[in-house]
Amino acid sequence: MDLYHPPAQNGITQETSLPTRRPNNMSQPHSAAAPAWPGPDTSRIPFWAYTRPDLYQRELERLFYQGHWCYVGLEAEIPQPGDFRRSVIGERSVIMVRDAEGHINVVENVCAHRGMRFCRERHGKAQDFLCPYHQWNYSLKGDLQGVPFRRGVKQDGQVQGGMPKDFKPEEHGLTRLKVACRGGVVFASFDHAVESLEDFLGPNILPWFDRVFSGRPLKILGYRRQRIPGNWKLMQENIKDPYHPGLLHTWFSTFGLWRADNKSALKMDAHHRHAAMISTRGQGGQPAAAAAEVVAGVDSFKQSMQLNDPRLLDIVPEPWWGGPTAVMTTVFPSLIIQQQVNSVSMRHIQPHGTGSFDFVWTHFGFEDDSPEMTQRRLTQANLFGPAGFVSADDGEVIEWSQQGFEQKPEHRTLVEMGGRDIADSEHMVTETLIRGMYAYWRQVMEE
Amino acid sequence: MQALDFDTFQQVLALHTDYALACDSADWERWPDFFTEDGSYRLQPRENHEQGLPLCLLALESQAMMRDRVYGVKETLYHDPYYQRHVVGLPRVLRTETGPDGRVSALHTQANYAVFRTKLDGESTVFNVGVYHDHIVCTSTGLKLRTRLCVYDSEMIANSLIYPI
Repeated sequence: MDLYHPPAQNGITQETSLPTRRPNNMSQPHSAAAPAWPGPDTSRIPFWAYTRPDLYQRELERLFYQGHWCYVGLEAEIPQPGDFRRSVIGERSVIMVRDAEGHINVVENVCAHRGMRFCRERHGKAQDFLCPYHQWNYSLKGDLQGVPFRRGVKQDGQVQGGMPKDFKPEEHGLTRLKVACRGGVVFASFDHAVESLEDFLGPNILPWFDRVFSGRPLKILGYRRQRIPGNWKLMQENIKDPYHPGLLHTWFSTFGLWRADNKSALKMDAHHRHAAMISTRGQGGQPAAAAAEVVAGVDSFKQSMQLNDPRLLDIVPEPWWGGPTAVMTTVFPSLIIQQQVNSVSMRHIQPHGTGSFDFVWTHFGFEDDSPEMTQRRLTQANLFGPAGFVSADDGEVIEWSQQGFEQKPEHRTLVEMGGRDIADSEHMVTETLIRGMYAYWRQVMEE
Repeated sequence: MQALDFDTFQQVLALHTDYALACDSADWERWPDFFTEDGSYRLQPRENHEQGLPLCLLALESQAMMRDRVYGVKETLYHDPYYQRHVVGLPRVLRTETGPDGRVSALHTQANYAVFRTKLDGESTVFNVGVYHDHIVCTSTGLKLRTRLCVYDSEMIANSLIYPI
């Protein structure tokens, strides 16, 4: 699809120059006709922020490929030299691999010769990488080490063909990414000038990251994958939105796991791109009279609901929690770190196009977990993932949101719960984290 | 393994068809009744199964936990309504156990399945395909599932999965 979309006629002001609805797959050059952001702040978010292909391409370049660290995987997924696992940054396939010296490398899964995405297995063990097409061979660090017929073929005493004399293998390795590992988590960036991971996370978010990843060896429990037909930013917003969980999710409101009367805090980095939503579980059930409004009229609140099998919520506090029973950390743009009681996971955002992303869950525990704790984490995992008692509806509401956006891209969402400003908070009745994320987005995207 | 008598095999077929029809008729309350009280239901992506990783998409460890899931499906999960339709292949009997009376007391079977999903106003799509690994026991009320492990190839779930497979 390569349709040129002419700019709107002159004489139309920016505010009213919104194009009529356009097909989602039509390329839209950024031009003077591009619509203006509605209003002075980020308490209104235009629907076109989720539907315009030109913005999406700019997001890939500026958010996923430049200036940011993206999540790749966990060190525990590749414990031995030669272990590799494919991953994704934005729309680019990458390979996370442990080399013979035990160091972790991340290389782009594109052959330097003819551009093939050569690594097809999802994970495995290798001594080197081989592109099957012309058998170019790379070390686990990405260095080109073998080119068949590089010096030609001898026929009748003559050397025929081969690469030019000035061919330098060292100039034709795989694209290597900058890598940062912290507490067993692997991040990478195509941008070698990116700031340190620690500066990227910032002093307000780093302690919440380190709370989970203190260096205790991790134990991988498994994967879950879902393709959500919505814009990728909606998943970041979902976990920057403490307003919805006690309303959309019966289990959170009824059992007090996440509710407006819980003790809570919202923290952001200085750029407002990352956030931690921190909550301490209340007693559940009917709240004290003074807080009755938190469940009054809430459709999802089921006062008489009792579990037939209480093991689903057999919660055992762990010392490393340090108090809060749930901390949801959004690392912009690619990662959500989940700690909901005893269930811990990485949720990896892998966008493709304006209206779809893959959401990959890696559940884990710790090497020193007792068998009972491992079982508890697995049983509580029923709450989360694409079929989870809590999380299944998040994917659904994201799909329905995207449908609304595509129906009338000239419209906007309303994000002014808790005011129109951006600030950390000691309560959950606010959308300040979403406003913060869009303030950052506008700055980087120049929108 | 003793040759399986046709009557028992016919009961295995009936268990499969009754289970599928209950799941396809939105008759969720009946679903846990196909299991023993201490039965378990697991729905696991094939990648985890093959790597020996324990995580499932759903891991319901008792009939009571299945009833909690039914309550979730009916009352607590907000989701797009959809129809689903199972097509289950003929079961392969791997092994039988014999009771003191010399009759078959339990069976270990496998059967391929495909589940189609049809959303309102949408086309029918292949939603989840995989294989059932079943441990079936003979009880006074007929054959029951002691364990049903559904290992699915469709690792990338089309957004969400609500109803039992």
